[in-house]
Amino acid sequence: MSLPAYEPVLLKYANQRGMHTLEAYLAHGGYGAAKKALTTMKPAEVIQAVKDSGLRGRGGAGFPCGMKWSFVPPPDRVPGPRYLCVNADESEPGTFKDRYIMEGDPHELLEGIIIACYAIGANTAYIYIRGELVLAAKILEKAVEEAYRHGALGPNALGSGFRVDCTVHRGAGAYICGEETGLLSSLEGGRGYPRIKPPFPAVVGAFGHPTIINNVETIANVPHIIERGAAWFKSVGPSDDPGPKIYCISGHVKKPGYYEGPMGITIRSLIHDYAGGMMDERPLKAIIAGGSSCPWIAPDKIDTPLGFESLKKVKTMFGSAGTIILNDSVCVVDAMWNILRFYAHESCGQCTPCREGTGWLAQIFERIEKGGGREDDIATILDVCDNMRGKTICVLSDAAAWPVQSILDVKNYPDAAIFRPEVEAHIREKKCPMGKHAPAFKEAVRQHGRISPRLVV
Amino acid sequence: MSFTFTPERRAKLDALVTRYPKKQAALLPALRLAEEQAGCIDFDAMEHIAEILDVSPAKVLGVFTFYTHYRRPGTGKFLVQVCATLPCALRGAESVFDRLASELGIGQDETTKDGMFTLKKVECLASCGSAVCVQVNDDYYENITADKVPDLIRQLKEKK
Ligand SMILES: Cc1cc2nc3c(=O)[nH]c(=O)nc-3n(C[C@H](O)[C@H](O)[C@H](O)COP(=O)(O)O)c2cc1C
Ligand code: SF4
Ligand code: FES
Repeated sequence: MSLPAYEPVLLKYANQRGMHTLEAYLAHGGYGAAKKALTTMKPAEVIQAVKDSGLRGRGGAGFPCGMKWSFVPPPDRVPGPRYLCVNADESEPGTFKDRYIMEGDPHELLEGIIIACYAIGANTAYIYIRGELVLAAKILEKAVEEAYRHGALGPNALGSGFRVDCTVHRGAGAYICGEETGLLSSLEGGRGYPRIKPPFPAVVGAFGHPTIINNVETIANVPHIIERGAAWFKSVGPSDDPGPKIYCISGHVKKPGYYEGPMGITIRSLIHDYAGGMMDERPLKAIIAGGSSCPWIAPDKIDTPLGFESLKKVKTMFGSAGTIILNDSVCVVDAMWNILRFYAHESCGQCTPCREGTGWLAQIFERIEKGGGREDDIATILDVCDNMRGKTICVLSDAAAWPVQSILDVKNYPDAAIFRPEVEAHIREKKCPMGKHAPAFKEAVRQHGRISPRLVV
Repeated sequence: MSFTFTPERRAKLDALVTRYPKKQAALLPALRLAEEQAGCIDFDAMEHIAEILDVSPAKVLGVFTFYTHYRRPGTGKFLVQVCATLPCALRGAESVFDRLASELGIGQDETTKDGMFTLKKVECLASCGSAVCVQVNDDYYENITADKVPDLIRQLKEKK
């Protein structure tokens, strides 16, 4: 197999050193698309172009971008300011793509922001960037300054008479601020508590005003759509789920990293053509296609194309395109415990099913891994999962339950038949059959003292 | 021992406040400015910020404690944060952490006696393609293996 013929779009310049400056950006025609949009198109025409392109959000849910923009109510119905929030929280385990846009080609993002602001009638944009990404934040801040000096940002953006202000807003280490309403709470100076929807942010968002929240990569696509047209965009990858895409691949492959290609390359191609094949030539055990929240799928799904629609058909999701590859050295229980510990740590604590459920699941998986499994554990786990799904303010709770169900709930996830026997073996043998955690369960409790008394045998 | 922003940082904060329709929205950036100035954020800084932004000190404390990335008082000069989430775990995060712990002689959330190093396990740093990722203060150290740990520590010690 070989790579499809494809010329990078999103990372064309980002992958070259020193291309993050305004000068370099202008030298290859930068801000031309924004000028075109703001001076020759009506906002509705921009929205229509994005709708026609079929661009779907790259932040996780894959919601059609143009449609989202059209949810902003007209000023006669809801007067006052509108806001654009760019989601640069990039916290879903396995995901590391937005960072390279911001570090390598920040003006591409800013140009997309200017066009998006114009389309939705927002004069103010905030880029909410996770606190750990210090370098990206610095580069962005510098780029924002340059864009103001150039007149791309400011009261008269690119000579159009339209005002666009943009501020880089740094978070401080909380996954939940990537959830769009958690992001808004954090932006407003509070804890990153998600809010009940409806009202949706497009109607009542930042500071109580209509707000559109989009992922960095989504916005970075926009200038290219304006420049080359919706038809071009649709021609990249499958026409029902199109566009350029940055794939992240991590775990047990030879060359983990981020690769740009058309939407719809297969998992096999990502592993073998892009990422150099399986690490140490060991066999594939499980695929997490789009970030840690996604249901796991078995190796026989390797020829599935990576896309929002295609992955739905095999009972998983494309999410944020963070593909994690597990080989046969991985213990299913150990890996799931790791994922659950993440969600337990990151739950904001507002909803009981999520706050308690994530913690219990993590503890039960830890206990099973350390040899304290009980016969009724799987039933208990699935019961906890049931109580976590569809009952909370945001979907972090569901996101923690999905992967667990995907390895245990054979009725709803056929691939669970592949993974469940390994969990059952842990419980039956009262140890990790792979010897990942040697200490006997009681010894582990003595050493770590971390397991909830409620769950101790 | 009270905390006051330097005139330069105060001016920066005042300018920042104008970027938001509500003063309080500058709370997270204000905490960053305090952290930058003092190396960590203490109660005095929180009270000072509360006063400037017209919110209660309790509100500032509540927000501060929600976020894990701000520096608490007592943090070492080098805050060594090892990513332990699945993609990094698959490539040896545990052994990187253990090696750091044994070389530095400290455990999770502890600081060396000389106040140089604090060691922490953290969640995904958005660098899973270059696992294992270790963040030290503002910088990312990528593709770290247990073998590279002594060198990393040496590099940091030379930095002081
Ligand atoms: C728990 C949770 C965490 C999320 N984290 C992120 C994130 O880090 N970055 C992101 O862009 N979207 C994240 N999302 C998705 C956002 O809520 C939102 O759907 C997205 O930013 C919308 O942008 P898009 O339409 O351009 O994809 C997260 C969602 C949830 C429920
Ligand atoms: S589901 Fe979890 S993370 Fe989301 S609001 Fe409720 S407690 Fe917070
Ligand atoms: S898992 Fe370590 S950086 Fe993502």
